[in-house]
Amino acid sequence: MAATEHVRCSVNGTVREADVEPRRHLADFLRHDLGLTGTHVGCEHGVCGACTVMLDGVPVRSCLMFAGQADGAEIVTIEGLAGEDGVLHPLQEALWNRHGLQCGFCTPGVLMTLVAFLRDQPDASEHDIRDAISGNICRCTGYENIVDAALDVVRASRETA
Amino acid sequence: MGVRYFGQAIRRVEDPKLITGRGRYLDDIRLPGALHAVFVRSPHAHARIKAFRLDAARKAAGVTAVFTAADFGELGRKAMPHMVPVAVVKQPINYQPLAHDEVCHVGVPVAMVIGDSRAAAEDAAALVEVDYEVLPAVTDWRHALHAETPRVHIGTPNNLVAAMRGQFGEVDRIFATAKHVFHEHFETHRGGCHSMETRGVAASIDPNTGDLTLWSSTQAPHMVRRLVADHLGVTERSVRVIAPDVGGGFGPKCSLYPEEVAIPLAVQMLQRPVKWVEDRHEHFLSTTQQRDQSWDVEVAADADGRLLAVRGRCVHDNGAYVPYGLVAAVTSLSAFPGPYALQAVDIAIDVVFTNLLPNTPVRGAGRPTTCFVLERLADRVARELKLDPAEVRRRSFVRKEQFPYQTGMKARDGSPVTYDSGDYHACLEAVLDMAGDDFAARQAAARKEGRYIGRGIASYIEDTGLAPFEGATVRVEPSGRIVIQTGAASQGQGHATMLAQVCADILSVPLDRIVIEAGDTGAFPLGIGAIASRTAVTAGSSVHQAAVEVRAKAIKVASEMLEAAEHDLVLEDGAVRVAGAPGLSVPLGDIAFKLNGMSGIPMGQGISPGLESTAYFNVTAATFANGTHLAEVEVDADTGRVTITRYVVGHDCGKLINPLLVDGQVRGGVVHGIGNALFERMLYNDLGEPLTTNYADYLLPTAPEVPRIEIVHLESPSPRNPIGVKGAGEGGTIPAAACVIAAIEDALTPFGVRITQHPVSPQMLRGLIRDAL
Repeated sequence: MAATEHVRCSVNGTVREADVEPRRHLADFLRHDLGLTGTHVGCEHGVCGACTVMLDGVPVRSCLMFAGQADGAEIVTIEGLAGEDGVLHPLQEALWNRHGLQCGFCTPGVLMTLVAFLRDQPDASEHDIRDAISGNICRCTGYENIVDAALDVVRASRETA
Repeated sequence: MGVRYFGQAIRRVEDPKLITGRGRYLDDIRLPGALHAVFVRSPHAHARIKAFRLDAARKAAGVTAVFTAADFGELGRKAMPHMVPVAVVKQPINYQPLAHDEVCHVGVPVAMVIGDSRAAAEDAAALVEVDYEVLPAVTDWRHALHAETPRVHIGTPNNLVAAMRGQFGEVDRIFATAKHVFHEHFETHRGGCHSMETRGVAASIDPNTGDLTLWSSTQAPHMVRRLVADHLGVTERSVRVIAPDVGGGFGPKCSLYPEEVAIPLAVQMLQRPVKWVEDRHEHFLSTTQQRDQSWDVEVAADADGRLLAVRGRCVHDNGAYVPYGLVAAVTSLSAFPGPYALQAVDIAIDVVFTNLLPNTPVRGAGRPTTCFVLERLADRVARELKLDPAEVRRRSFVRKEQFPYQTGMKARDGSPVTYDSGDYHACLEAVLDMAGDDFAARQAAARKEGRYIGRGIASYIEDTGLAPFEGATVRVEPSGRIVIQTGAASQGQGHATMLAQVCADILSVPLDRIVIEAGDTGAFPLGIGAIASRTAVTAGSSVHQAAVEVRAKAIKVASEMLEAAEHDLVLEDGAVRVAGAPGLSVPLGDIAFKLNGMSGIPMGQGISPGLESTAYFNVTAATFANGTHLAEVEVDADTGRVTITRYVVGHDCGKLINPLLVDGQVRGGVVHGIGNALFERMLYNDLGEPLTTNYADYLLPTAPEVPRIEIVHLESPSPRNPIGVKGAGEGGTIPAAACVIAAIEDALTPFGVRITQHPVSPQMLRGLIRDAL
């Protein structure tokens, strides 16, 4: 059995730690060691985007990173997206309103990708949004309602700006 | 009457948990003490298993057991039962839970390693050695029946699974006398379902009772229960199958797989819970696929371009095993004559074995390929007669006044196929209106600029609401909560919202008062499966019937409680009220409390316990949805790149329960069809080894490639169920490939390019353009 290493990081604002095998990838660490099963594993080769989480503010594929590489990092997963009071993030609300999900399996990755993207590009166009989620495969929706949800958030942020 | 829900675009009741990471999919299920399974799979498309060497794997760290078929005796070796056993299958060869002596495609499980962790089991699986005697593999279905072709299975007389024929009318006379006859050869190719959640199975045994609980990411938990119980030789009562949140299905999650039997066998042996989750690589090797067919067909048309008859032969690649019956091929046959009032049809389909993954229904089942055949033939007639393709459809469609329209074909039970309702012409015209009449001018202008734009249309019918039933219980609890239990499982379609909408109006309660329990054989006794666009028709109608019965019972009992005549009572806002007397009412929950009984107090004359009802709406014939799609594309003649610039859908699935959800089904379906047209092809080499086993090699549509999809709905209610609905799950996919291909061909008219297969890659289009120059 391989030696273990100690991983300590902040996940959704709480310090979490565990001893893991060096080959443990970040998605499995979150799901199986920390019990945060909202992050989903769809392809395990970095294409489908279902496993996307925020690491130090940047969306990453948690299937393509070792847990050890996240030592000391601040991670936000789908479970940490809504406010502590349970108020949904505007993009969660918009996806719900627009029927931007069906089976929901790709949804956590879509949300983490777009939340980071719209934070950086609050004035994004439809073209930009489609480009931003080009690394998130959704088999159910045909993407249009996801795009419309993101555009709703763009519109709302313009109105409050 | 309060808010009416039926027909409203309401956001889903399923979503709050799914957008916050609280969904519970198969791999999220925690079973204390669970072991993890990894399957060793055949690397050969066809081989005889000579020997296993398992010692190294068994000794590896963290390994509990390594099993082959021999470890389970007869239960490991015998073929698994069939989902839809039908006599027409000449050679009903199915998987064994673990292949014992012969493997017939790459990916067949031959051994199972059980370990403390998945990683430990994977390490040990690499140590399993299997001696194979490699045998010739059949990979080209077109030649499977040739005398010199090897056998897909050792010792079989030929590679024929089944020979089917569908015919009506005086075919020979019509072809002999028709003004025009055209011949075509078409081919369609394999893709996968690629649900974003792969398959998975977990199981545990109750140490006290010995009862088995099986979790599977399946579309059909009751079917899995029936077949697993059958294979294990135990009662259905002792097996509970639960489909938790399922991350997409699209057809292949309805088949019974070897892992769904092998995992229970391991659990029985070890008396420990075991879990297995397919990885994406395995999905390419072991989850069923669809659409390899080749067609030689002729169409007969009259002088005006009216389609009269179609005849021909299809060779249908079945793959290596028949786990699912012949549904993929049967639905290709039964999709004739499509929306056309043909006078005659004669189609033979030879279903043949190959050493490839089984071909079972993927979204649309056999319908998209038949739609491709019929629509390409209609376009051929239009081209030869210099007619607008829409005009050929207008002249050939079944007319509104012909409904109910008996096509001449026979349904699976032998009864005549009769289309129930529709207005195909209105649907076509609605699409053309939405698309506008300026295309010819735009196309001409574009060509002057050296740009190639094209427009295509494709029309279809879909037999939906497949028999026999999905039942439902509607129960009012004393709390006033309404519980709906149904055998119909969901994989993301929004069934809970849809069924709650049907129920809420009848019982006059808000949607949040309703709880849905589904996907669990422990919650409802019988079920078929979420296939064939059938849940709204079957379960929706059952919920309607049961809710109507609950309402009648509530009013009857309230009549006694309120001392008022039944005809003076109304059900409003979750309570039975005396009309015109606002103070006199009794909530549904109070009626349920009374009907749930109290010790020592009799129920009363003619009153059965419980405020509940169970209904199994009996489907006797399919409901037929229809539609027309229109696509505009631009093709870069230098690179072969296709850009879909516009996509319009005319869609008629009868009454819409929730337009938001129906539009979601249509859009997702269209994009799946776009994948079939442009991107998705499962490739194998001559040895039967798959060449496309990741998402770099196998392309799925992503957001930048897909257009906005404009939808116009017509609502021709079905007279065949109480809520007037038809299925909506596959109509988006059925004509999409035909539509996109027609648009590409239209764009390339200046080159005279003809497209008779899909998918088409940029390389293929470049080749066609080059050949045409």
